Amino acid sequence: FCLSADIISTVEFDHTGELLATGDKGGRVVIFQREQESKNQPHRRGEYNVYSTFQSHEPEFDYLKSLEIEEKINKIRWLPQQNAAYFLLSTNDKTVKLWKISERDKRPEGYNLKDDDGRIRDPSTITTLRVPVLQPMDLMVEATPRRVFANAHTYHINSISVNSDYETYMSADDLRINLWNLEITNRSFNIVDIKPANMEELTEVITAAEFHPSQCNTFVYSSSKGTIRLCDMRALALCDKHSKFFEEPEDPSNRSFFSEIISSISDVKFSHSGRYMMTRDYLTVKVWDLNMENRPIETYQVHDYLRSKLCSLYENDCIFDKFECVWNGSDSVIMTGSYNNFFRMFDRNTKRDVTLEASRENSKPRAILKPRKVCVGGKRRKDEISVDSLDFSKKILHTAWHPSENIIAVAATNNLYIFQDKVN
Amino acid sequence: MDAQSLISISLRKIHNSRTQRGGIKLHKNLLVSYVLRNAKQLYMSEKYAEIYRMQQYEEVMTVCNEIQELNPLDLAEDLATAACSAAALALQNGELCKESDSAFFRSCCAEAYPVTDCDLSPLSAVQCNKTTVLDLDTHVVTTVESGCLYQDCCAVQCQGAQAPAKKRKYDFGYYATESEEVPDFTPCKRARFEDFYCPHSEQLDTSNISNLISIFGSGFTGLVSRQADSEFSLNGQFCSKQTLASLGAWTRAIVAF
Repeated sequence: FCLSADIISTVEFDHTGELLATGDKGGRVVIFQREQESKNQPHRRGEYNVYSTFQSHEPEFDYLKSLEIEEKINKIRWLPQQNAAYFLLSTNDKTVKLWKISERDKRPEGYNLKDDDGRIRDPSTITTLRVPVLQPMDLMVEATPRRVFANAHTYHINSISVNSDYETYMSADDLRINLWNLEITNRSFNIVDIKPANMEELTEVITAAEFHPSQCNTFVYSSSKGTIRLCDMRALALCDKHSKFFEEPEDPSNRSFFSEIISSISDVKFSHSGRYMMTRDYLTVKVWDLNMENRPIETYQVHDYLRSKLCSLYENDCIFDKFECVWNGSDSVIMTGSYNNFFRMFDRNTKRDVTLEASRENSKPRAILKPRKVCVGGKRRKDEISVDSLDFSKKILHTAWHPSENIIAVAATNNLYIFQDKVN
Repeated sequence: MDAQSLISISLRKIHNSRTQRGGIKLHKNLLVSYVLRNAKQLYMSEKYAEIYRMQQYEEVMTVCNEIQELNPLDLAEDLATAACSAAALALQNGELCKESDSAFFRSCCAEAYPVTDCDLSPLSAVQCNKTTVLDLDTHVVTTVESGCLYQDCCAVQCQGAQAPAKKRKYDFGYYATESEEVPDFTPCKRARFEDFYCPHSEQLDTSNISNLISIFGSGFTGLVSRQADSEFSLNGQFCSKQTLASLGAWTRAIVAF
């Protein structure tokens, strides 16, 4: 039994990999911290424990439009660490918030005007003065909202991305992308607007957007039509005109009622190097070279056996699931989720791929994950699972990869799984 | 899943999205509208094909009435084959004839089809040198025999051997049942089953009708029954439609004058 509020809706490592943040449908953020290395318990290095939990967003009601605004956290993005505190951006459908997470391990004691419980002392009883001192206390992690960036999006926010200049970030909804300064909450600049003059002419929406990892003037956004546009902010203030347009021509032999749905891009991610980008649509992951616009350089089939089941997947709404994709630290392996709590990894160099399962029943802690295989037809082997036995309610939409080590975080509905390479 | 179910499922999704928490999701509704459009396109094209078939049917029904009056002997064996094949094919593969182009229609329906049961009447033994043509404008069937031109209605095998010149009319179950005097030179729009040579029987003679079926191939059962048995009539109707359609196509190919 799982409360829908507990369903994890986003997972993100910070830039060092020491912290891992998750957001859920109930508007909460849970941050995990990696266990510090300890001589006493060397094997515990690498385990992540809960560091902080806070309510980021609450449900809201827009009285003007008579709309309820969901508190579900759509995305979390960390800011690079600049002092002792940690900062992250979290967003729901309408509002982005900047949170400061800081530790407190000392507290002042010995006030004159109030006693240690906080009660005000009767001034007539004070006979001596003392200097308050900081005494150690149990570690407390506090999260405080430092900025609230509101009222800038008519449509639902699907992405946020921090610029490499660490001063600005962008937020994207279905039709518009806004650029913010992290310090200023009452003003944002609209840099992309694809809303047609007549909404009846609408043919595509923005599905994801991301800043280039090192070029602070460059960003990309993907569309529901399976295209990606790369924009340069130096060229124009309003980046409706793109610098590059990435699109793969459709294969006419694969045409079906659902062609438009399965070609809609659900996620776009730059490689760490900034030379490539990766897109995820319903059935595939594609790697694009930024210098080649007419087709991807690599295409990986995630679960092509679903192609013949699109009709039932449309009926049960699974065809609208938005899977994310991630690069490993060296850009040599890419990972994305599937159904039945399966997730897939593709090694770009060896061209090998593996299907793994995030499930308590099928893997004991510290046991090596066993590769899974889906049987697409014919005789099913002993360890294989047939397509019709797949549980489509168990979907892995969100995964994250440690920036430098082989540690991955996989969100399976309301559970978070953390896997790492076995270190001898 | 057929286009119609997809359309209703899609409309239901759009309707449900209005009450979903968080407001209408633009992206999802846009994608659903694409499915709706695709399903509608297929549905409309199927409907157009059906309308075209109906039009063909109307037109060719006339032709059929004329053709019915032809002496079966006049029909070349490959015509009978074509008619049989058209009937059978059309019944089974309605989607083949989706195109509204008549040429395509003709070609897809005129595939060769092994006919097992095309036994012609005892009259088949009789030799004939006749060419029969239909003028589509006047709907007049003309038979040219040995250089002579005369118009007639087709003679049909009966229990007894009949001279080709005798008139025979057939009654298709769902056509008007009133008696009609058909003069020699007027179009035989409605075939009536009148057994001139079997005066003892004024009802449908099943054996004659079964012979007719064997000429035109299986599936004509619906046509036979005057009551137009509901489970067969549709089949029969389609069968006859397609048969007629193909016959119509055939007759157009003839040099008419």
